[in-house]
Amino acid sequence: MSVSPGSVASGPPAIEARGVRRVYNVKPTAVVALDGVDLDVAPGEFFGLLGPNGAGKTTLIKILTTLLLPSEGTARIFGFDVATDVKRIRRIMNMVAGGEQSGYGILTVREQLWMFSQFYGLPRGDGWRRVDELIEAVGFTEQAQQRVSTLSTGQRQKMNFVRGLLNDPWILFLDEPTLGLDVAAARSVRELVTSWKAAVPGRTVLLTTHYMAEADELCDRIAIVDHGRILAIGSPAELKRRVQRESIFRLELDRLDGGVAALARLPGVVSATPAASASDAADRQTVNLDLVLVEDGALGGVVAALSGLGAHIRSLRKSEPSLEDVFVELVGRGFDEEGSDTAAAPPDGSGPGTAPMDQPEHEPGEPAERERV
Amino acid sequence: MSVYEYRVTGSPAEAAAWTRRQAFFTDLRAVWGRAYPRVSGMFREPSWLFFELLLPLLATSAFVFVYRSLQAPSEYVGFVVLGGAMTAFWLNVIWMMASQLYWEKSQGNLELYFAAPIDIMAILFGMAVGGLVMSTTRAAMILVVASVVYGVAFDVQQPLLLVAVFFLTMTALYGLGMMLASLFLVWGREAQQLTELFTEPVYFVSGLSFPVGRLGMLGALAIAIIPLAVGLDAMRQLAFAGGDIAFGTPSPEIEALILVAMTVVFLFAARWMLRAMEERARRDGRLSLRWQ
Repeated sequence: MSVSPGSVASGPPAIEARGVRRVYNVKPTAVVALDGVDLDVAPGEFFGLLGPNGAGKTTLIKILTTLLLPSEGTARIFGFDVATDVKRIRRIMNMVAGGEQSGYGILTVREQLWMFSQFYGLPRGDGWRRVDELIEAVGFTEQAQQRVSTLSTGQRQKMNFVRGLLNDPWILFLDEPTLGLDVAAARSVRELVTSWKAAVPGRTVLLTTHYMAEADELCDRIAIVDHGRILAIGSPAELKRRVQRESIFRLELDRLDGGVAALARLPGVVSATPAASASDAADRQTVNLDLVLVEDGALGGVVAALSGLGAHIRSLRKSEPSLEDVFVELVGRGFDEEGSDTAAAPPDGSGPGTAPMDQPEHEPGEPAERERV
Repeated sequence: MSVYEYRVTGSPAEAAAWTRRQAFFTDLRAVWGRAYPRVSGMFREPSWLFFELLLPLLATSAFVFVYRSLQAPSEYVGFVVLGGAMTAFWLNVIWMMASQLYWEKSQGNLELYFAAPIDIMAILFGMAVGGLVMSTTRAAMILVVASVVYGVAFDVQQPLLLVAVFFLTMTALYGLGMMLASLFLVWGREAQQLTELFTEPVYFVSGLSFPVGRLGMLGALAIAIIPLAVGLDAMRQLAFAGGDIAFGTPSPEIEALILVAMTVVFLFAARWMLRAMEERARRDGRLSLRWQ
């Protein structure tokens, strides 16, 4: 039965967090991973938590998936308290993390998925059927009989994603799902997520990522997180509008008699400057320029004036700020700059964005030195 | 209905409302689900025949030749063969039950087990069932091969009690394994060292190669707390009933009762410890932090 987002919208929020704080009591000093997070995610929403490594994204996911208790505050999933309604939440959610090495290398993909289906109560036969259907739906049939230990990182993540769908979750937590994947594999995982979401629009997704393009592409709304606090929430467009006070256009013209100064004097034009890629334009014998206007409406006057100057527009593109610009505006530094990846991280480096531990084929010291099952 | 959908539920609240029966059968399925990798793995990696059959058989053979050269009573050869077979179970419990949860944690499996709507005891039962299949096969092969090669003559007068003692030994032993599993998880990285630390001393005090009664007070203590010691001693008494060996230990019936008590204590303790461990893990972040 397909459920539209509207049919569950009347119920409790998919996620409701109030004053969630999490402190890791480690020596020598306690680490504050979350510092008073308030969050509401509507049913059916694709919500992103965007922030640098150590921002507290994974800690929040652990709390929402009932694996970790908040030190202070409350969190609810579809009205169920993460501290007390543990089993109910686990029945309607699933989670997939980037770099996940779960399962047993000795099993085939099909067997491993079936094994996990048993943990969600699917009857034996239903489990095999569902695994086969999902494997086919995601185009993983060729690898179905392949041993898990022989999968590439991208294939493995595809399998993990299927695992996350086995119980038909009402809410899916994706923790850096494309971490460590190459461009093609990451795109493939994103496509899987979007096609699943399109097929079951009533389902909710909480995605954590530190890839801004990924958040921009996938999410209905995004919360920008840093040092355990949410700095801003909104749709990607809304967030970008926060930093875009003027309209910026890039123009490519066949010629411009009188130079850019001729445009700078026009009403509504803040500035007109040769674009950074002017040398490329010279090769193509065109003129590229960046035009900053007080508002979009001023563009009509510019186009009319260009016509009067005998210039023809080859291309016109509106420049939008990126989410990185939003982050810089909010935090005062970029994602990769000093101070962005330590403060709220769990003390072992196992937290957000950390590369997975290697999966040993054999456990040292075990008498038989065989693969652990 | 989309291919991605499984259960027809109109709302998350409806999907979350399981009956007790649903929850029970989910736990039951989880037992078989977790046992599956162990059972299928047994047939997939035939190298175990060498490591887990031939090598233990050599160790057993060494003791057989020692007893023969000392002209010990013929029952001693049978004791060693039985002890050699039972080694499989202790190795399985200590390596693939007790220290397993820590390994599962480092692989990320434990987090997924906890995130699933099942009782973690179901996972441990699954490990036990899978391990039992593996170890019973190994033990049976050692027993058959060694008995034929060294001409062991069994004298079983209470076969039902012998079977009962075997199963009680298994339940008590794997109950101990479940209890140790949660303990080892709390101890964290030391689990590996603890596993190694426990292996040989338990071999010794359980009397795997000699009647445990020969250890005096130490043997009596082992019978009181180690399922392998008491179970093996009872099985020896029952498998070689007609001989004139003085075991110096309680009767098989008493030892069977000790095993019943051990089973109850270990299973309840395991359940309590697992719950406490999960609570502590959620409070301290021990499921999330791999270094702990």
